[in-house]
Formats: sequence, structure tokens, C-alpha cells
Amino acid sequence: MAKTNIEKDHGLDVRMFITGLALVLLYAIIVTLLLRFGVSFVFVIVIGAGLLFSQYYFSDKIAMFSMHAHEVTPAEEPRLHQIVDRLCLLGNVPKPRVGVAEMDMPNAFATGRSPSHAVICATRGIMTRLNDEELEAVLAHELSHVAHRDVAIMTIASGVGMLAGLVGRIAMWGAMFSGGGNNRDGEQMVLLEIATWLISIVIYVIAYLLTMALSRYRELAADRSGAILIGKPSVLASALVHITGDIGKIPRTDLRKSEGMNAFFFAPALASGTAASLFSTHPSLEKRLDQLKKLEIELNG
Amino acid sequence: MGLRDALFGRTKPAAPKLDNLFALPTAALTLQSQLDLVTSGEAGLCFKAGSGESSITSDEDLTQLLDFDESGGKVSFTTDDLGFKWLLIHDPDLGNLVTRIHGANTSMVEHGLGERLLCAVFGFVPATPPGEGSVRMVYLLKQGTFYPFAPTGKDQRDNELELRVQSFLGSDLPMEKDLSRWMALWNLPVN
Repeated sequence: MAKTNIEKDHGLDVRMFITGLALVLLYAIIVTLLLRFGVSFVFVIVIGAGLLFSQYYFSDKIAMFSMHAHEVTPAEEPRLHQIVDRLCLLGNVPKPRVGVAEMDMPNAFATGRSPSHAVICATRGIMTRLNDEELEAVLAHELSHVAHRDVAIMTIASGVGMLAGLVGRIAMWGAMFSGGGNNRDGEQMVLLEIATWLISIVIYVIAYLLTMALSRYRELAADRSGAILIGKPSVLASALVHITGDIGKIPRTDLRKSEGMNAFFFAPALASGTAASLFSTHPSLEKRLDQLKKLEIELNG
Repeated sequence: MGLRDALFGRTKPAAPKLDNLFALPTAALTLQSQLDLVTSGEAGLCFKAGSGESSITSDEDLTQLLDFDESGGKVSFTTDDLGFKWLLIHDPDLGNLVTRIHGANTSMVEHGLGERLLCAVFGFVPATPPGEGSVRMVYLLKQGTFYPFAPTGKDQRDNELELRVQSFLGSDLPMEKDLSRWMALWNLPVN
């Protein structure tokens, strides 16, 4: 495949990475605090599992809230509902609730603990940028996430990662308090404590990277099923090109109306640089397009 | 401006950067040779009409302030549906358009209205219609950078064409590198 000059949306990647990292840190801090106050490991694991479970159980509400999305009726968004209706009949899946997020950034997501509690959501930006066929392809991708139960899978994956971190910490503490006994002085204890911290952070980060890798595979799987559902991989490919990379960054918002008007009337306090993203939940556009091209030949070649 | 200002949430009004405008006539040669686009003979200067200084709200006052002689092409004012004022200049020569827009900017700055300036827009149309559609070159006065805007309908724009313009003009013109700043200007009065 020819090399394209299309880049990833670094801003979104960074945001997702920071969100994920914040989540991991939150767990790490809670676990540390609980252990500090002499709470037993069993109890810590129960609480961790409880937090993970509520994150999974309320995934639809959390995602809708953080994206400022609201549910819409067929009367409000006939086009969106029609497309989802058709796709659900085609794929023989229950129709999820449908939502819209009022933002210009082109994006769509699906979430919910089970297919019957799912919500599928598109931003205003993606709806204005894509034609009906392309929007259908994107929604088919999102419906595949629902059908694959990706929310449950990813919750379990991140739960396993946290458990690994916790087990690493237990092992280190075991090593600290066994063996040397009273011979250790204060300085040594501090060093050991720091080592414990570092090792558990390393374990958390490795677990996080593995979770990201899993997420990328789930994305490719959803691309594949979505493309097969609509029978036109090339349409999903064209939708991806239109919403990711350079074209996806060019806004539809009017210069005179933009919320960030201050950016034009005032000099920004910090220049907006592009932070390099090392971690990504989505595969590169090249990889996705490559897969879709192969699929197109398989299906329609 | 630096980290300290960011921490304390300070911003100061940005002074407009005017001089990069003069790079446009050279870039226009590339536009013509690569994309068959020539000036439409129209340019516009968009600024926010203030509420305080009632003395400059009327068109006559503005004309006086900008000190235009009517000999070098037609000049008119219009207010768009978003409440922004546009100074429109008609002249078949791009060099003249640039000079006059620059002159208008300079006198706005001299009269303390520099902070009000939003952007300058230059129209480009296919030399042999229909071609690939027309493009407006938008000059962000605060950034001192250009970007292309190619509307194709009420709220649709031809991103492929815009990116092609960027790839051709990248070396001639200070282009806005942050694509998220390529804001649309729907229904603008400059053709």
C-alpha cells in the first residue's frame, strides 16, 4: 500500500491516553491508601472489583456524560434513527438507544454493558461531514462493538491488569517483611518502599499498554464486521479518511461564531503544539485501510 | 507570554501582523500555474463592529477613517448576518487589492482598532470555469498566517481542494499549520 501522509488525531489520542492513565492512577492511589490504613488485601480487591463493576455497569451513562451527549428521538434525528434501524434489521441485533453529542469533532462511539443496554452515539461533526452511506458504515462499526460486547471485554482486561499490579505489590511487601527482620534500618525501609512503588507502577504501565493493544485489535475486528455487515468495505474506508487525519481536523465551525474566539482576538497564553502520542487505543489509519482493502477484494473482487 | 501567564490565566490583546500579506501576489502565481486559479477581483476585511465607539459605526465615518480615495476601484461596506462588518474592495489587480487591504489595516491599527480585526479574505476563481471550484484565501491577522477556504454549499467545504492549495503554497506563503484553525466563513460576502 502506498504510504499516505495522513496523520493520527494526536489530540484525541492524548486525551484518551490521559484518561486511561488517570483511571489507573486513581486505582493505584485508592489501593495504596487502603493498604496504608491497614485494610486487608481481600477487602481492597473487593473494592477494586466493585469500582470496575460500576464502571462497567454504568458505562453508557459515564460515556454519554463525558461526551456531553444526549439521547435523541426518531422525530429529532430521523436520518440517524433510520440508518440505525436498517442496520439493526440487517444484523439482527436489538436496536440500541441513539444519542448525539453537539461537538464539531468528528467521532462516534457505542457503549453499554450489554447489547440490550447499549447506546450508540454520533457527534454533530461526523453527521455533517459524512454522506448517508459513510455514516452508515461508521454506525455499522459501532454496532459491531456492541455485538462483540467490547465494553465487557475491555473491563475484564483492565481488571486483570490492575490485579497484576496488585499481586506485584503484595509480593514485594512479602519480600520486605520476611527475611531481614529487625536488622533493617529506616533508610533501607524507605528504599524498599520506593522500589515497591516503582515496580507496581511498571506493572501498571505494562498492563495498560497490553490493554491498549487489545483495544486496537477490537477496533480492527469491529471494522471487519461492520464492513461485512454493509457489504462495502470501501465505504467504511472513505468514511475513515474523511474523519481521521488532516481532513478530520479542518473545522466546520464558523470563524466568527467559534467558541474559541478568544484565540483569535487574544494571543494564546501557550502555543498549541502537537504532543507526540505513544499510546493509542486505535490502530493506525494505514492498518485499517489496508485491512478494508483486502476485505473489499474478498467480498467484491 | 509563557507558562506564568498561562498559570494565572492572563491574556493580552494580540497586535495584528500585517506584513505577511505581501507574500500573497507571489503565491498567486503558483495558484495560477498549479490550480488554474486567478483573483476574482474582490477582497474583504472582516472586523468586529464595536458597541462603544459610536463615532465609527457608520459607513461614512469608516470611509473617512480609512482615508480612501474612490479612484482606485470600488469600496463598500456591509454587515453580515453574524454582526461582523466587512470592508469590500473591488479591483482586478491582486497587487492593488493587497495594498489597499494593508492600508485599511494600518489605519485601523493607527486608530486603535487593531484588536478588532478578524481576518482578510481574497477571492480566487478558476481561470477557465467551471474548473475545480473557487477558493478564498483567508488571512488571520492575529496569527499572520493564511489558509484556504473552499465552500461548496451552505455548510460544506471541499477539504481535498483546500489541502491541495496548502501543499502547493506551503513554500511561498506562511500557511496556518494548525488545521483546527482553518475555520469556516459560511456565507461570506467576498466572492
